[in-house]
Amino acid sequence: MADYIRKISKNTRSNLITVGTIILIYLACQVLIGAGMMSFLMKGLLMQFCYYGMLAISLNLTVGILGELSLGHAGFMCIGAFTGAFFSKCMINVIQNTFIRFSLALLVGALSAAVFGVIIGVVVLRVRGDYLAIVTLAFGEIVKNVLNALHIGIDSDGFHAAMGAGKLELKEGGTMIIDGAQGIIGIPRNSTFTISVIFLILTYIIISNLVNSRSGRAIMAIRDNRIAAESVGIDVTKFKILAFTISATFAGLAGVIYAHNINTLESSKFGYNMSIMILVFVVLGGIGNIRGSMISAVILTLLPEYLRFLKNYRMLIYAIVLIVMMIFNWSPACIKWRKEHSIKDAAFRLAKKVFKARKEA
Amino acid sequence: MDMLCVKNLSISFGGLHAVDSFSITIKKGELYGLIGPNGAGKTTVFNLLTGVYKPDMGQIFLDGKNITGLSTIEINKAGIARTFQNIRLFKNMSVLDNVKCGLHNKYKYSSLAGIFRLPSYFKTEKMMNEEAYDILKVFDLDKEADTLASNLPYGKQRKLEIARALATGPKLLLLDEPAAGMNPAETEELMETIKLIREKYGVTILLIEHDMKLVAGICEKIFVLNFGIELANGLPQDVLNNPEVIKAYLGE
Repeated sequence: MADYIRKISKNTRSNLITVGTIILIYLACQVLIGAGMMSFLMKGLLMQFCYYGMLAISLNLTVGILGELSLGHAGFMCIGAFTGAFFSKCMINVIQNTFIRFSLALLVGALSAAVFGVIIGVVVLRVRGDYLAIVTLAFGEIVKNVLNALHIGIDSDGFHAAMGAGKLELKEGGTMIIDGAQGIIGIPRNSTFTISVIFLILTYIIISNLVNSRSGRAIMAIRDNRIAAESVGIDVTKFKILAFTISATFAGLAGVIYAHNINTLESSKFGYNMSIMILVFVVLGGIGNIRGSMISAVILTLLPEYLRFLKNYRMLIYAIVLIVMMIFNWSPACIKWRKEHSIKDAAFRLAKKVFKARKEA
Repeated sequence: MDMLCVKNLSISFGGLHAVDSFSITIKKGELYGLIGPNGAGKTTVFNLLTGVYKPDMGQIFLDGKNITGLSTIEINKAGIARTFQNIRLFKNMSVLDNVKCGLHNKYKYSSLAGIFRLPSYFKTEKMMNEEAYDILKVFDLDKEADTLASNLPYGKQRKLEIARALATGPKLLLLDEPAAGMNPAETEELMETIKLIREKYGVTILLIEHDMKLVAGICEKIFVLNFGIELANGLPQDVLNNPEVIKAYLGE
């Protein structure tokens, strides 16, 4: 009886610890910024940590919990970023209140990413494994390339859209909102570090709560054995689409935050490289390990910045460091070594020694 | 009172008549054995009963309700649960969570209640845990509740699979070679467990088995299948002494 009460609170406790740590780090950063001790570079990275963290957590739901390899996560982020930024750009003079406008932009971005999540989720039901990876990869590239050619402008007649450069003719006084490869320019910079941290925490809590609930168990059951999951009456279709949709929604949210942190939003940023980078965060942090995703997102965002002094060799060294970290984290021999030389045990032994010495004295 | 009534069930794969005119009637609470040489079509019968394959012909009635052609999920909801010949556990989940997956449709709350930890989450999870522990106790697995399913020894994995199937609250339990790979002591223990769950849960059981000691020991009736066709059907002593059956099993 006591076992399961402990179990429920164990999950809640680990959530509290994680959220508490994030808040502490956030406060520490605020103090450092207030005291003027944080470098300009670091300040710029703080928000990146948050939205990359959100992306890594949400992709982990697909890759780690549902067990389907997705290579198009940047596509969902891209949809969220463009729809959110489009909304903000259109409404900049209509809704004066920044809070309401940005909240609505987040909602619009998240919902449109969710819609695409459902669509891809339906496709996911038909294909598995490598084929799914190819489908999602294609999805990401299609989204990127469509937005690369898309021109949307507004003039006194209303909205006009065209594919390809120079095809859109606006009347005098009209403005271009999405300008093809140049993307969206002049998005209000509404994202702040505080908002990003709030959404990071929200993402973490929602996804970790989902995983530790009836729906999460159903999703993991599908991952472990689809046939057995069906045999105990789990609706495979429903839970696969659910997982994909939630994953896409948070990628979309991260996209909106990203878009409102920069001046110019270009679709070329959301290519294959971005999807792979998010996947690397997930793999390094541990497939299925939600907290790990956040930590590795932070480390792997910091790393290339701190390797800048290496100039041309930067990405080479980055790759080597990545391999070393991967081995240290996941090779069985290293796990064994870490267990034998854990900091916790060392601290415990030290405390014991000090205690003993004091007793003798 | 008939729990399962199957009439002329048939399926062919290409030119192979895997199961041909399979008819069986199982009364409520009975323990029926399904035996036959390798490739006789025993597992195919299970797959037909659970909706994995759709029959070419024939009808299946569970407790008077026609369940022919329903999906696996709907058939499970209607009251048939099964285990698999090659164990299919949720390997990377704990023993407790495996059983809780079995309780998936018995205790429900919405995904939103789970995400936002609404009161219904705590209430339902508590009931789920209580029932899951009760089932695990029957199988003597409650001490391993937090172990990963893949870390259990083989015999216990077989037991956990039965526990998970039982958690779905079936009227009819299909066991596909429950004793496969077990040593005599484990088989003995399994026989006791099967008897126990029958008494405790009042479930009707149809089992496939090659271990004749187990079949003769606990089955009340036996059905012999050979090349997809009924060879014999009736009480154990009659069936096992039937010269046709001995011929099919041991050769001439």
